[in-house]
Amino acid sequence: MKYIDEYRDGNLARAIAATIAEQAVAGRHYRFMEFCGGHTHAISRYGIEDLLPANVEMVHGPGCPVCVLPVGRIDDAIRLAMRPEVTLCTYADLMRVPATAGASLLKAKAAGADIRMIYSPRDAVLLAEAEPGRHMVFFAIGFETTTPSTALAIGLARQKALTNFSVFCNHVLTPSAIRAILDTDHLPEAERVQVDGFIGPAHVSTVIGTSPYRALATQFGKPVVVAGFEPLDVVQAILMLVRQVNEGRSEVENQYIRAVTSEGNVIARRAIADIFELRDSFEWRGLGELPLSALRLRPAYAQFDAERRFEVIPAPAADNPACECGAVLRALKKPVDCRLFGTACSPETPMGSCMVSPEGACAAHWTYGRFRDRAKIGAAA
Amino acid sequence: MSLPRLRARKLDIRSGLVDLSHGAGGRASAQLIDGIFREAFDNPYLAQGNDQAVFNVPAGRMAMSTDGYVIWPLFFPGGDIGSLAVHGTINDLAMAGAQPLHLTASYIIEEGFPLADLQRIAQSMGRAAADAGTAIVTGDTKVVERGKGDGVFISTTGIGLVPAGLELSGDRARPGDCVILSGSIGDHGIAVMSQRGSLGFETDILSDSAPLHGLVAAMIDVAGPSLRLMRDPTRGGLAATLNEIAQQSGCGFRIEEAKIPVHPAVLAACELLGLDPLNVANEGKLVAVVAPAAADRLLAAMRAHPTGRQASIIGNVTEDDLHLVQMTTSFGGGRILDWLAGEQLPRIC
Repeated sequence: MKYIDEYRDGNLARAIAATIAEQAVAGRHYRFMEFCGGHTHAISRYGIEDLLPANVEMVHGPGCPVCVLPVGRIDDAIRLAMRPEVTLCTYADLMRVPATAGASLLKAKAAGADIRMIYSPRDAVLLAEAEPGRHMVFFAIGFETTTPSTALAIGLARQKALTNFSVFCNHVLTPSAIRAILDTDHLPEAERVQVDGFIGPAHVSTVIGTSPYRALATQFGKPVVVAGFEPLDVVQAILMLVRQVNEGRSEVENQYIRAVTSEGNVIARRAIADIFELRDSFEWRGLGELPLSALRLRPAYAQFDAERRFEVIPAPAADNPACECGAVLRALKKPVDCRLFGTACSPETPMGSCMVSPEGACAAHWTYGRFRDRAKIGAAA
Repeated sequence: MSLPRLRARKLDIRSGLVDLSHGAGGRASAQLIDGIFREAFDNPYLAQGNDQAVFNVPAGRMAMSTDGYVIWPLFFPGGDIGSLAVHGTINDLAMAGAQPLHLTASYIIEEGFPLADLQRIAQSMGRAAADAGTAIVTGDTKVVERGKGDGVFISTTGIGLVPAGLELSGDRARPGDCVILSGSIGDHGIAVMSQRGSLGFETDILSDSAPLHGLVAAMIDVAGPSLRLMRDPTRGGLAATLNEIAQQSGCGFRIEEAKIPVHPAVLAACELLGLDPLNVANEGKLVAVVAPAAADRLLAAMRAHPTGRQASIIGNVTEDDLHLVQMTTSFGGGRILDWLAGEQLPRIC
């Protein structure tokens, strides 16, 4: 497949891996975080760990939109879906995310809630147009990658003067999460993530560009290499990070020049700014309440805001106390360190959100990489 | 004076619809069976018009299998629910090494279903059976109220003859055995998905729906008792099939991604939808596990058969307490080939 196979070339990968092994200084440990679930998935799916020398370690970050959504918001979505007049339109990834008391959208659907899986928010607008007797609520989640398409859907609904379409908005911002990972001086030592650099987001950066990471790289002295989601992109980004660390640099570099510019996609950013505004604060699973880290609809678009229309009142909900998703999302623990991993929690019966999405660290490790920790999981597999 | 003869109105196949009387067991039912099924399936057993087929059985071992077909859409590139219902059951028999003898068909039809579509499905089914050298010798038709079905559901049952001395079973894989795949994967699933309204993408991929008993006969000829087992990787794809065998045989697998044939258009569609071809359904492919000494001659025989041209040795059976299916990726790393959890979920970013 043209423009795909080139980025999955095993021979080229082995050549870059050899350079990494050569340049990674013996006796020094390199610990890099890939922020995005897309990178986590690529690393696991292609077995990139096997190509790296023992002193270059990858840890997984919080960039999986399904994973960082707190339980309370899933509870809210289920309550919305149970309203007789509402049809909840959602990306399929959210269907199995566990909510309070073992509930999930999948179970709510089985119990009679009208929940439909869609590929694009535009489909929800078209459904609203086709079924005027139903109120279509689009369950919007994701980082800056998916926000523009939500914005365009709201624009389309307004253009069609639809009164039976609204959005339950859960869009969150990447730079806020990176800051939360790094800004840990106020936390006890054990809660501070030790990383030497970041593989920066791929698709998010096509929208926001590379410039938002500069302040973070400078303030915290950590290199950031924005990289594509193909395995060769990841391997090259790791080499670029090793070089920055060796040279004592903490710059923002762009490996993904075929898609990402410094300023990003101006049209997409304008579409976001037209319709959304910053929330004062938003709860993230694993990272807690983060100020100015999420979006909501501007008052001018209140009629398309499901939270306003249906008076969604946030109700705090606790994660399963044994679930380590919070620590996994901050890279304080690895999936296999969680005692539920592969015992009570598996992709078939997920206890935490990280085991649901294919981009979640636990699901990726279970599905692709658990052969690496045979001794630990033993008979559980 | 002679009594007037009732002249039944002819079945209006061009624009008529199935109604509840077609399933009520009365004259309308008989008319539907005569007008559509008897003609489409045309064979002496059915022509007898009894509620069962009676036939002689040769001495030896038989295989029997049954399957329900609820595919949507009913017509898809490369096939339809009728041909699929024949191929699927023939293949389930063939995976035991059996040659199909007779099939049965049970139709559950939704009120309002166009007779023209029903005829098209029945004729396709009859053709598929005849092409495979078998016949649908008895059947049943029921009609359910509108909204209680989804067009047509078909169940088929088949019986077949297993050659003497052949013992194929999912628990017979042994470490060191070779794994052979008969051709490219993912064609059926992608062909069907391309027709789903909400996805709606254009592709020239055709379903691989095909009977495999001919290929199987050629395989038995050259490998005979060296064949340990065969499985057709339908729902859940190649990944699910290998995991099933690993569990059943208490072994593991080591597979090489580069050896698995995948049509470039299937790869492209999977890329677009966020799917893995290893989890996508097939309806005309098989996986065989064979003793290593017979692997090369088996591969050659498969490649010489029209349904096995792209056959490939994709890996081998390993000793593994955890029964993991491990794969060396084309990129050079290692990964597990796991069961799919739930439906295959497209990635969102």
